[in-house]
Amino acid sequence: MTPPTPNIRVQSDDFDLQTEIDALTAGRTDIGAVVSFVGLCRGEQNTLSALELEHYPGMAEAEMRRIAELAIKRFDLMGLTAVHRYGKIAPGENIVLVIAASPHRQAAFDGANFVMDFLKTSAPFWKKEHGKDGKARDWVAAKDADDSARDKWE
Amino acid sequence: MVKLVYFAWVRERIDKPEEELDVPAHVVTAGDLLAYLKTLGDGYAAALEYPDVIRVAINQEHVEHDEPIAGAREIGIFPPMTGG
Repeated sequence: MTPPTPNIRVQSDDFDLQTEIDALTAGRTDIGAVVSFVGLCRGEQNTLSALELEHYPGMAEAEMRRIAELAIKRFDLMGLTAVHRYGKIAPGENIVLVIAASPHRQAAFDGANFVMDFLKTSAPFWKKEHGKDGKARDWVAAKDADDSARDKWE
Repeated sequence: MVKLVYFAWVRERIDKPEEELDVPAHVVTAGDLLAYLKTLGDGYAAALEYPDVIRVAINQEHVEHDEPIAGAREIGIFPPMTGG
């Protein structure tokens, strides 16, 4: 069977979780499990006015696609959607979405988890914090914990 | 000539998003390129002060610092990624 083509998007607009799940499962009766992950912008104790997401156009999509295809192959997924936003995102708003579909639940859980772990460490996106005082603060630092999370899949 | 593209605080410190550059013949690898760029001015020196943390992509694919850059059309230079 030909592996499914992942639905990969990088966009400034928001996304709707239910719309994306419906698109992935429409007309299918072979999918038994759908796991979704949504990453949101935290307010950081009400000190943050926005996160500014910068990306490497072209490479961001390509890298997300590469990760998604690895996950489809490794977990025999029946469908995968990954959407990442860029631009200014306010606390409470969506940043990233991953949906994995499979016949049984474990592969869908693992697939979504795998995609997020690799996306955080190798998809070219960067976050800059903007404070409530209107000033740009600093770039968010990469975390060792994210590298460890990725390395557990090796 | 190769197109260099910069992102996040690397872009801010170099103070431009991209540029076309003639790379001298002694610059063979991605790591050599970072060392060379560091000599081009204060902004470059600040951006590339700790070259070990800097990530490099050739033609939009991640590479290690020992990767040769010959034939590259576009080289991306950026800090560790913080998306997701």
